[in-house]
Amino acid sequence: MYVAVKGGERAIDNAHAWLAEERRGDPAVPELSVAQIRQQLRLAVNRVMAEGSLYDPDLAALAIKQARGDLIEAVFLIRAYRTTLPRLAAANPVDTAAMAVDRRISATFKDLPGGQVLGPTFDYTHRLLDFALAAEGAEVPPAAIAPAAPGPVPHVTGFLNRDGLIEDAPPSDATPPDMTRDPLELPASRALRLQAITRGDEGFVLSMAYSTQRGYGRTHAFVGELRIGRVGVEVEIPELGFAVEIAEVELTECETVNQFKGSKTEPPQFTRGYGLVFGQSERKAISMSLVDRALRWRELGEDDSGAPAQDEEFVLYHCDNIQATGFLEHIKLPHYVDFQSELELVRRLRTEAATLQEAAE
Amino acid sequence: MSEPGSGVSGADAYNFAYLDEQTKRMIRRALLKALAVPGYQVPFASREMPMPYGWGTGGVQVTAACLVPEDRLKVIDQGADDTTNAVSIRKFFSRTAGVETTEHTAEATLIQTRHRIPETPLRKGQILVYQVPIPEPLRFLEPRETETRKMHELEEYGLMHVKLYEDIARHGQIATSYAYPVKVEGRYVMDPSPIPKFDNPKLGDNPAIQLFGAGREQRIYALPPWTKAVSLDFDDHPFQASKAPHDCDLCGAAHSYLDEVITDDRGGRMFVCSDTDFCTGRQAAGHRGRLSPQEGL
Repeated sequence: MYVAVKGGERAIDNAHAWLAEERRGDPAVPELSVAQIRQQLRLAVNRVMAEGSLYDPDLAALAIKQARGDLIEAVFLIRAYRTTLPRLAAANPVDTAAMAVDRRISATFKDLPGGQVLGPTFDYTHRLLDFALAAEGAEVPPAAIAPAAPGPVPHVTGFLNRDGLIEDAPPSDATPPDMTRDPLELPASRALRLQAITRGDEGFVLSMAYSTQRGYGRTHAFVGELRIGRVGVEVEIPELGFAVEIAEVELTECETVNQFKGSKTEPPQFTRGYGLVFGQSERKAISMSLVDRALRWRELGEDDSGAPAQDEEFVLYHCDNIQATGFLEHIKLPHYVDFQSELELVRRLRTEAATLQEAAE
Repeated sequence: MSEPGSGVSGADAYNFAYLDEQTKRMIRRALLKALAVPGYQVPFASREMPMPYGWGTGGVQVTAACLVPEDRLKVIDQGADDTTNAVSIRKFFSRTAGVETTEHTAEATLIQTRHRIPETPLRKGQILVYQVPIPEPLRFLEPRETETRKMHELEEYGLMHVKLYEDIARHGQIATSYAYPVKVEGRYVMDPSPIPKFDNPKLGDNPAIQLFGAGREQRIYALPPWTKAVSLDFDDHPFQASKAPHDCDLCGAAHSYLDEVITDDRGGRMFVCSDTDFCTGRQAAGHRGRLSPQEGL
């Protein structure tokens, strides 16, 4: 006998209670603190800040804790929080040339002003599990310290620009669009595309970039420069008439130099791809600059090869993992009504097909 | 403004009905435009909500922008007030807006729905808010938004008619059973959200205001009261609203949309109204179905 499905509210409350218990895990194991996550899972924190579009390592760490380590869920928590925040002011553009770099490498020049600085990278580690880490309490010996090299760390693309070998990128004072405050409309400006990609899913942007390397919209990219470090964020205070530094943020910036044979409208010269991401997020920044370059085919007069990474609508509409995961997972919600109408349709079509077959026999 | 990490549980930290007034204003502007151009999809700056895309973020934003403290809210999913997501959204608004809620269609001033139009006819002054997954009726014929917007501009709906024709050629009938497209006031082809086509006849000439919100796709559209909304069809293959050929096993209703419930593993099944308020109302009025409990038991 059918019992009406009541008690949804109690089921939800109970599910939440169970979830909280699962999140905590075995109470015999000490609880993870937000500070521990912030300090020891920093790359996860960076990813959540980047895709959550909110620079706040403490909140990102809290979100990771609450989301049980599910980074997309953590990004979602941050996004839902971010959307409620008032916009108090727009900062001046950050000056990445004045970055206090922890890491700065160029793949195009062996040495250059500012030097090559490896910084804390996995690049040359051998990926052997370090079982010593399994034993807790081991002290990490302090790393060697050298004074920072004096002098500026100019951008590599600036050297190329001096010789006219790379396309010019004139600065602009135009207010960039805000995709969280205006609906996405196409065609999108480069600023808007970059905004969408920098908060896009790392896996998606990586795969798109990888596809261009394998020939789906080839971009011939060299990493002209990759730099990671801290920059000051300045805000113009109208009452004071000058800018005040209100914060410091860690950024990863990647500028690619791309081979370009010239087109009907542009002379042969190198072209640029650009990536800028919160925190130390190298993979994302490099991917972003490749995808940026691939999407620029139209303005450079290149052919559209039909590759997914060249397709602005495809990339911008599908790079957001919060939109993607929401729509994907919603198919587990009840669809009784639609399924019922499909059931009837299939039954009706089958009855008619059977009648036709009988008539034919 | 709220403290970090306060989440929705810190309800006091949020504005009435969660959204800030500027956001509501932006949504109301889109709603007014949508009402002025029935069936036209108005882009709006959809916000990230504290529930996932696909769970009704568009509907929730439209509801938030329409609610006033005097409102009485009803939320249904699949026609039912007690499905988990309906419960969750109702709870969200009773917490963030403190409005009265009801399960009775006739008592509600605003009804948010997913996949159904209530059986009880709506009346003047009521607002029905639909949750919409894909607002574009042409989407599965043409995946590009840039193209489909152009097609609407030029009123170029040939592709849709070809699709319906191909259905008839292949299956002898139009093989769309839900989200069945309608033409609004002879102009825009509109997706009525995934309601069963059984509900389509209620869309047109309805005394209530019907608002459609698609959060992820950032679109709002509307049917003002007494608007024509005609289901697409052909003269020789007229539109037919269909439902399971049964009566409700609990209230005996012959003309309500039914859910099929599997009762055992030997092919046993029963049919019950998907509109729970309608069904319980009829049972309370003494109507009985095939499987109703016997009187006095």
